[in-house]
Amino acid sequence: MSPSLAAIAYLGAAILFILSLGGLSHPETSRRGNLYGMVGMTIAVLATVLGPRVTAAGIPWIVGAMAVGATIGLYAARKVQMTQMPELVALMHSLVGFAACLVGFASYIDTSIEFTGAEKAIHEVEIYIGILIGAVTFSGSVIAFGKLSAKIDGKPVLLPGRHWLNLAGLLVVIWFGYEFLQAGDIAAGMTPLIVMTVIALAFGVHMVMAIGGADMPVVVSMLNSYSGWAAAATGFMLSNDLLIVTGALVGSSGAILSYIMCRAMNRNFVSVIAGGFGTGGGAAPAAAGTQPAGEVTPVGAAETAELLRAARNVVIVPGYGMAVAQAQHTVYEITKHLREKGINVRFGIHPVAGRMPGHMNVLLAEAKVPYDIVLEMDEINDDFPATDVAMVIGANDIVNPAAEDDPTSPIAGMPVLQVWKSKTSIVMKRSMASGYAGVDNPLFYKDNNRMLFGDAKKMLDEVLGMLKG
Amino acid sequence: MPLTIGVPREVFAGEKRVATVPEVVEKLIKLGFAVTVESGAGVAASFDDDAYRKAGASIAADAAALWSAADLVFKVRAPTAQEIGLIRPGTALISFVWPAQNPELMQQLAARKLTVLAVDSVPRISRAQKMDALSSMANIAGYRAVIEAAHHFGRFFTGQITAAGKVPPAKVFVIGAGVAGLAALGAAVGLGAIVRANDTRPEVADQVKSMGAEFVPVDYQEEGTGVGGYAKVMSEGFQKAQLAVFAKQAADVDIIITTALIPGRPAPKLITADMVKSMRAGSVIVDLAAEQGGNCELTVPDQVVVRHGVTIIGYTDLPSRLARQASTLYATNLLRLAEELCKAKDGTIDVNFDDEVIRGATVIKEGAVTWPPPAPKLSAAPPQAKPAATPAAAPKKSGHGAGAGEPASGAGVAATFGTAAVLFWLIGAFAPASFLAHFTVFVLACFIGYMVVWNVTPSLHTPLMSVTNAISSIIAVGALIQVAPPLGGSTMDRPSDWILGLAVLALALTAINMFGGFAVTRRMLAMFRK
Repeated sequence: MSPSLAAIAYLGAAILFILSLGGLSHPETSRRGNLYGMVGMTIAVLATVLGPRVTAAGIPWIVGAMAVGATIGLYAARKVQMTQMPELVALMHSLVGFAACLVGFASYIDTSIEFTGAEKAIHEVEIYIGILIGAVTFSGSVIAFGKLSAKIDGKPVLLPGRHWLNLAGLLVVIWFGYEFLQAGDIAAGMTPLIVMTVIALAFGVHMVMAIGGADMPVVVSMLNSYSGWAAAATGFMLSNDLLIVTGALVGSSGAILSYIMCRAMNRNFVSVIAGGFGTGGGAAPAAAGTQPAGEVTPVGAAETAELLRAARNVVIVPGYGMAVAQAQHTVYEITKHLREKGINVRFGIHPVAGRMPGHMNVLLAEAKVPYDIVLEMDEINDDFPATDVAMVIGANDIVNPAAEDDPTSPIAGMPVLQVWKSKTSIVMKRSMASGYAGVDNPLFYKDNNRMLFGDAKKMLDEVLGMLKG
Repeated sequence: MPLTIGVPREVFAGEKRVATVPEVVEKLIKLGFAVTVESGAGVAASFDDDAYRKAGASIAADAAALWSAADLVFKVRAPTAQEIGLIRPGTALISFVWPAQNPELMQQLAARKLTVLAVDSVPRISRAQKMDALSSMANIAGYRAVIEAAHHFGRFFTGQITAAGKVPPAKVFVIGAGVAGLAALGAAVGLGAIVRANDTRPEVADQVKSMGAEFVPVDYQEEGTGVGGYAKVMSEGFQKAQLAVFAKQAADVDIIITTALIPGRPAPKLITADMVKSMRAGSVIVDLAAEQGGNCELTVPDQVVVRHGVTIIGYTDLPSRLARQASTLYATNLLRLAEELCKAKDGTIDVNFDDEVIRGATVIKEGAVTWPPPAPKLSAAPPQAKPAATPAAAPKKSGHGAGAGEPASGAGVAATFGTAAVLFWLIGAFAPASFLAHFTVFVLACFIGYMVVWNVTPSLHTPLMSVTNAISSIIAVGALIQVAPPLGGSTMDRPSDWILGLAVLALALTAINMFGGFAVTRRMLAMFRK
């Protein structure tokens, strides 16, 4: 394959990737979108393998490595449970980051392409930055994976003076960057490069350790973004436009997701990354603020079933608790049962419900809930006054009226699902413990709210039994 | 000291309901009250004295004994002059009162230094729904109206095809889709009729449809919702258009059920004598507004009459005709009211005027007339008012258009562009041409990504992440070209083994991502279905 033909093939692949992302604008077109992505990837790989930069000697290696990777990848894709998607995605991000590091090192020690003057300097900066981003992505994603799969404690770990540590790290990285550029040969440049890599790895670990719980959707989408930038940096390093385009697409996609997640929590990106909740700028949470007054009204499964049966309009608001209890299938059974009785059941999804963007949608889709009854927060909020029963399953902060009513609340201004406007709300929770933000929820004390305590799956199974019985 | 709740036998002619039922007596006793029921009070509603006794109530032999024992009286109908004579001063009374229509009664009650809560004056707010006896009675009236209609109608409601021929389904037209109207809709749909309904309040159209009936609109722009979710008087133009619609329906349907009432006014005349004439012989009209003069010109209150071959039912006691059901629901409404009055559950009542519901229901407090209460808050805001009311709350919808958020301030835009200009100038000044080509591609690709991703629907954010993840394994291309590039002669010191090792490892890792990422995305997307 001639160089021009390979370049055109790359262009085709880039277009297919753009179409692939475009296809995700609607569930109908999304399957085709994924197909475009696969075709684009196949074209890109074939064009490279058959192109001028790969000789026949490399083919066995390539086939072997791809075969091993493909086997593992396909196996993982088949086995993963939908509740584990955040973990899988985080793990995959780490692979991209690691690969970017490896390619960066390989590129650095490769002397077959000579650069001179400014080009050499730029090439080395590209390598340096590529490895930096790759390493942060790698270690950050590994920690995120550990947190999401509960192998590491999900609570934020806040080192004293952590901002200064980060700043010091950054300065050291810049200084070693200068050293690296001044290095005469590869052996001399290796030391700063390795030191920088270690610092970058430590930075990734430190950054993600400081973030936890409900902020994880931001972290996951941020790492998604980083993995894209790592690919783009590699593209600069290798002068490969396809890598640059694809990396930029992925990078901006992740950045937008992070932005959407932050806005859904009414927090800015920096304060999430800086870690902790309400501890960002020393502004202590209004602890002694307004304690909600009143009594909670606990109910049992039988009463819940009764309320559901008597309702015309039901809105279910799932949260991370549903994913933890693996209750989505029971939720679907209940939904199906109620819909057969002519009751209008819909779902209201908060943008940050769960541990990654769109987490709840995937779980509900897995349980066969039709996507046209799964609505976004903005779509459903106006309908709550006409709703008879709003059932909250394992969610807390995203249905907290204090976000709207109490300007001193740490979550003030965060858009929330207004379940308290429905005629009756039922909150399923294991206990009265507060949510991630550590804020008490006045919803629980409202007159029209009922609490159904217990494990979501177990209680829902009971409710389903009552409904059928 | 715990109070005694007295439940007298209703003395109004034909009234079969009773103000409490045995099941509720138990709950009242749990609230701390003692309950006395007049002998025979529940007989007409199929509750005998023994049932009350078993529930824990004591039985008073006659009205005089009951009234003298009671501190708090539960009744259905407002007391008669004779009953008022029996009431001890200072007693509290809960019953229907209709203070607007019965000024004399109000004066007599006030003169006895009573505290009177009128169940018809409970404000129509969400919290008070459980105490809203008007709604529960209207519900029964609506149901019973259909049953009465079916009784007088000479045909099936549901369509059938039998060996003896085809039976067309009955067509029912319901005017006014309030509680009674909706109950009638439900009952008629349940019997298999074709049901249509009209209401001056446009927001009830969805409720009508949800009951399985068809909404017949009046093609005239006017908002018909008054205070508290009731209807209001409409303009002349609207009434004309409305009558035209009704005339058309009358000629077509078999049964008309009218439930149109405007609070504090005579019922609007909606079915004219001409419309009755146009109906087929054997048709039935049930006029639920008969007590307020009737929606049909030919209605005779409390009677069933046949005019022009059409049976016109003007019963005003439909809930009483379903006495057991009506008594049970009414008793529960009063129980809920008692719970509000007796928050301490110690058998005493606290007429707390800070409570909106109790304030609204109390028409006389210790002899002083407290009716009418302050105006209630609007319960169901018409949808048109919404956009103006909530400009602050609604955050901008994400996932549409190219905009990232609110338009930035002028200074912000200037700062952004300024920074970008400086950056671009630096790059242009120092970077070599080959870098610039790549940089151009990079920046443009960022913008494309930005535009494309804003269009992604939020429900697909997880697949978006996994597919971008798969796509980012394009980094494999970088590894591929390092595996075995064609080498020139001048690079003998190239550590090929090292590079090969690194590249092959990178390739294997990205292959996991590539295949795994696309496969898992495919698996996820296959689950999204309608």
